[in-house]
Amino acid sequence: MTTSSATLLDEPKPVDRPLRGRRGTFLRRLRADWPLLVMCAPTLAWLATFHYLPMLGNVMAFQDYNPYSGEGIAAFVNSEWVGLDNFRRLFESSDFWRALLNTLFYTILQLLFFFPIPIIVALVLNSINSYWVKAITQSILYLPHFLSWVIVVTISVRTLGSTGLLARLCEALGVRQPWLVGNPEAFPGLVLGQSIWKDAGWGVIIFLAALAGVDSHLHEAAAVDGAGKWRRLWHVTLPAIRPVVVLLLIMRLGDALSVGFEQFLLQRDAVGADKAEVLDTYVYFSGVLAGDWSYGTAAGLFKAVVGLVLILAANKVAHLVGESGVYQKA
Amino acid sequence: MTTPAHVSPKAAATTVSHRGRRGRRPSHASPWASETSFTEQLLKVLFIGGLLVAVLVPMAMVVVTSLSGPRSVSEQGGLVLIPKDLSLAAYQMVLSGGAVTKALIVSLVVTSVGTITATVMTILCSYGLSRPGSLWHRPILFTVLLTYLIGPSLIPVYLTMQTLHLLNTYAALVVPGLVSAFNIIILRTFFLGLPQELLDSARIDGAGEFTILRRIVLPLSKAPIAVVALFTAVSYWNSFFTALLYLNDANKWPLQLVLRQYVLQGQPVGVTNPNQTAQVSAPEVSVQMAVVVLAMIPVLIVYPFVQKHFVKGVVLGAVKG
Repeated sequence: MTTSSATLLDEPKPVDRPLRGRRGTFLRRLRADWPLLVMCAPTLAWLATFHYLPMLGNVMAFQDYNPYSGEGIAAFVNSEWVGLDNFRRLFESSDFWRALLNTLFYTILQLLFFFPIPIIVALVLNSINSYWVKAITQSILYLPHFLSWVIVVTISVRTLGSTGLLARLCEALGVRQPWLVGNPEAFPGLVLGQSIWKDAGWGVIIFLAALAGVDSHLHEAAAVDGAGKWRRLWHVTLPAIRPVVVLLLIMRLGDALSVGFEQFLLQRDAVGADKAEVLDTYVYFSGVLAGDWSYGTAAGLFKAVVGLVLILAANKVAHLVGESGVYQKA
Repeated sequence: MTTPAHVSPKAAATTVSHRGRRGRRPSHASPWASETSFTEQLLKVLFIGGLLVAVLVPMAMVVVTSLSGPRSVSEQGGLVLIPKDLSLAAYQMVLSGGAVTKALIVSLVVTSVGTITATVMTILCSYGLSRPGSLWHRPILFTVLLTYLIGPSLIPVYLTMQTLHLLNTYAALVVPGLVSAFNIIILRTFFLGLPQELLDSARIDGAGEFTILRRIVLPLSKAPIAVVALFTAVSYWNSFFTALLYLNDANKWPLQLVLRQYVLQGQPVGVTNPNQTAQVSAPEVSVQMAVVVLAMIPVLIVYPFVQKHFVKGVVLGAVKG
């Protein structure tokens, strides 16, 4: 049983339930199942109000939305329809393209330098025999994931900034201190470092679980056949965790347009929009702060639609390469 | 998902908290796995040690600086690693009833109310979705899962909040985080794995669904519920953007937003209580780090208790999600 065979909609095989047949008239099923519906009701009400209703609000991307033309829905009714004007403005805006390219740049950066780290750490941890060393290391490595971005950015600024630990270390060694904080050139590296510090440890969990699922008989058989440690790593361990690696890689690709909104929002002022503007911050600054509601919504809608296409494409690719993908047709 | 029988204890112990395996250490590694040379051991120790230092030292420095007196701070310039003098002055200032105290209370209340409400909603919905074949089961599940794929953009949500007159209220901090499909999937998957015979026998005895949930399912599900509650609490506690977006009134700001304003952007927020004459004073950087520590403490307190449970939940959620 590999973890990757789990999919969103898979359910245990229906067991015989003498009390609850699938069949029966609507009323009979309603009489039997109404408590379950009542239980789902609060969540459904929330989803309707704060998820699906605002999705209808996306129509304002095709309007010149005027918030003063009415209260609530009336503002939508009274606003003028402008077709694809907002999107035309969007695609003609160099700021938008910069935000899009920055987003893709940071995604690629993360795929190259962030993604492999949890795998390596998991492999090293997995090769340690002491239970306690492993347990304590894991607990400590997971911890930064639970700190907020405000804290992580603060800590990184204070540690790597001009008066921080790094400065003193460089002083002691007699080296010139590299300019890391507030330097647009160094910003990608800084962002990457922050992400790794915060979340790489957390990423280890899933690979460790995959490694735990590797059948030890395979290792034993390979060892008997004379395979050394590295050969076993290559021929037994890595193939065994391949499905999880592929799955996570594909999921990350499907999420290529999101690179950590809060992290960039917090540092955009310090390094400037040139390096720190990504799609999410662009929606916020051009839409909410500049008050250009329809334009911001158009940018948001663009991100949502392209994101959806990417996820579906990624899942398709997962099927093609023989993995089970994130979800399957039920 | 029980551990398959053919997996050796060694493999099963690799994740810290495999159910029921905790504390059972492998008495010996398999002979074919123990051919490690000294150099290799050394490299591993250095590698792991390096990781731990990189994670712990910056956090330790924040804590130490918040406890440092003026002498340590002026001597070392910025953050302090080894203090010369200790003092609690920074905490006395921060907790004296000024903006930080207020923000701390806001954060605590919002986090508690939000976590309790969201967890109850998640438990109910997960249980409501845990019986495949029940009325409208598929459409409801689909409605929940679809949120993974598509979501509204920022601005229509903002307008919805505005229409409902939630802007600039504390409710605006609670409402947006109430539902998480991820948490629903974690719990639902756990509920589906419970022995159905148990639930059926209760049904035969005439128990309603609410009774079954309260008397049978909940006592069996403490661990996953703790994990879901932790995830929810952490996301409430850590969120600053919700407050930035929906609150204009700086008086209502939660701790994370005050932290951003005061520590990251270096703008004054009125740390001390204006009605009290200052009896204590601490170096600016100590005060700032005291705010950071206050923002970390709840997480650090809850973390060890829940930590041992969450491996399983995360693996389920991540793969399913």
